[in-house]
Amino acid sequence: MTRVLEVHDLEKKFGGVVAAHDINVTVDVGENIGIIGANGAGKTTFVNMVTGYLPPSSGRIEFMGKSVVGLKPRDVTKLGLCRSFQVPQVFLSETVFDNMLVAYGIAERSGLGLFTPLHTEAREARVDAQLKRYQISEYRDATASALPQGVRKLLDIAMATVRNPKLVMLDEPTSGISAEEKFGLMDIIMQALKEEETTVMFIEHDMEIVERFVNRVWAFYQGEIICDATTAEAMKDEKVREFVIGQEYHPGHVEGGAHA
Amino acid sequence: MTRQFDRTFWGLTAGLLFLFVLNLFLEEWMRTIGLQSLSRGLVAVGLLILWRTGLVSFGHALFFGFGAYTVALMQIVGVNDIFVLMFCGTAVAGLFAFLLGFLLRQYRAIFFALLNMAFSMILYGVLAKVESLGSTDGIGINQITYLGLKPEGEGYRMALFVFAAVFAYIAAVGAHWYLKSTLGMMTMAVRENEIRVEYLGYSAERAIHVKYVISGLLAGAGGVIMAITVGHVDPESMVYWIVSGDFVFITILSGTGNVGATFIGALVYELLRTYAFEFAPQIWQLILGGSLLFIIMFLPDGLWSIRSEWRNRRNLAAAARSETQVAE
Repeated sequence: MTRVLEVHDLEKKFGGVVAAHDINVTVDVGENIGIIGANGAGKTTFVNMVTGYLPPSSGRIEFMGKSVVGLKPRDVTKLGLCRSFQVPQVFLSETVFDNMLVAYGIAERSGLGLFTPLHTEAREARVDAQLKRYQISEYRDATASALPQGVRKLLDIAMATVRNPKLVMLDEPTSGISAEEKFGLMDIIMQALKEEETTVMFIEHDMEIVERFVNRVWAFYQGEIICDATTAEAMKDEKVREFVIGQEYHPGHVEGGAHA
Repeated sequence: MTRQFDRTFWGLTAGLLFLFVLNLFLEEWMRTIGLQSLSRGLVAVGLLILWRTGLVSFGHALFFGFGAYTVALMQIVGVNDIFVLMFCGTAVAGLFAFLLGFLLRQYRAIFFALLNMAFSMILYGVLAKVESLGSTDGIGINQITYLGLKPEGEGYRMALFVFAAVFAYIAAVGAHWYLKSTLGMMTMAVRENEIRVEYLGYSAERAIHVKYVISGLLAGAGGVIMAITVGHVDPESMVYWIVSGDFVFITILSGTGNVGATFIGALVYELLRTYAFEFAPQIWQLILGGSLLFIIMFLPDGLWSIRSEWRNRRNLAAAARSETQVAE
């Protein structure tokens, strides 16, 4: 198995507040990882450190065997580690199509190549293929600010993955989405990422989503990972039940079709 | 790239040919207005590029001044060829834009606008104080030559007009193509969402820096043409903050829809100013201010939006007609 991500003794302090402490994890190709934990547990801080948005106070982060500490988000992105956002980061005044076109343009060009025309038939075809993969073709010409939340989330993820990343980190892909739509949305996302053979890591509060779509869970609590185990084990873990998911949650509902 | 008919390109080309013909019939004062419009239009194209990025500069007279004073200073050492003067004027302005860009690219909104103004006022202060740079009196500009040729009489200004028109054409077509390139389309991306640009793999600051240098080059070129047109450079008319204000005025007047509209806007501004001053010398600023107010209230997207307004009205009228037909 190829190692995608390796994190050692990662720590982040904001003044006296410890936002992340003693984080040691590894990710192999093909793993789907769910990051769970209460608000303020350090999940997004972790994602921000790995993607270069926040410099860690100490520790090592290796992506595909190469240290990414000190790199900017754009450099980490170019290496093949991409992310989506809890609040979709798209170009609101533009159409879905133009959003994607710019995304591909930036991903495919550098240096003087940036002065070549953005509109090319080949690139437009790639945009349409990506819209199809994320099942948002019908919104092709809609302005991004007018999109339903779920579509905007898909657009955000479609833009984040134009480089066919090795690893993608999704920050709460289903937040702000109604309970009925969550599973359909995740199906689209996971299917699309599977086609691209991308390793996925996502932050999620809904345990039914976690149980269904990941095979491994990291539970964050007060800046530390209190549990790193398979999904089934994590759901039974005492500490996880006490600090993250609550005693009332009974795993296995998904298979029972509770959501359907 | 021209899978479809590029209207702007052909519009600009037609405009250039029209100017060539017009040049034969223009009276001298009209030609001067035309030259000043081309000069300020060039600067405004640079501001358009910044504007699309979400940035306004209240200090582009800085680069305008670099262009103009480069002409004056090079003539002192005996260089009179317009091609050399143009090259050096834009290069000096571009170089300063490149250097200042490292600082400016870190700022946005009002801070960006006023920091530009601060730098332009520093240059103003230096030019106004230093005797060898002409102080507040400025420096006179000698007649220029074209690769050794020196047209006489009316031909002198006609040649200058042709030169300015061709240069403006090349710059406008270049800017138009640039805006359609990947980097040019990043104007929108940076304005809308810098975080997304970073996470797509490009530096928003670098994108802004490139645009800043382009706008500096264009402003320098405008300064070169203005210096030769007016025949004189001084801090008040080349670098003062009001000069920067004129450029912003033209940008608002023209709108950011199209580079061609910028030159039309520059001409309208020039005419407005000339006639307001001629017919109402006491209140000409009031007329300019009133026009700006009118534009902002009724044509917030500038002169360019007249076109789409008309189209909308025509469509509405057509829709109303077809509805009546259906009703009948």
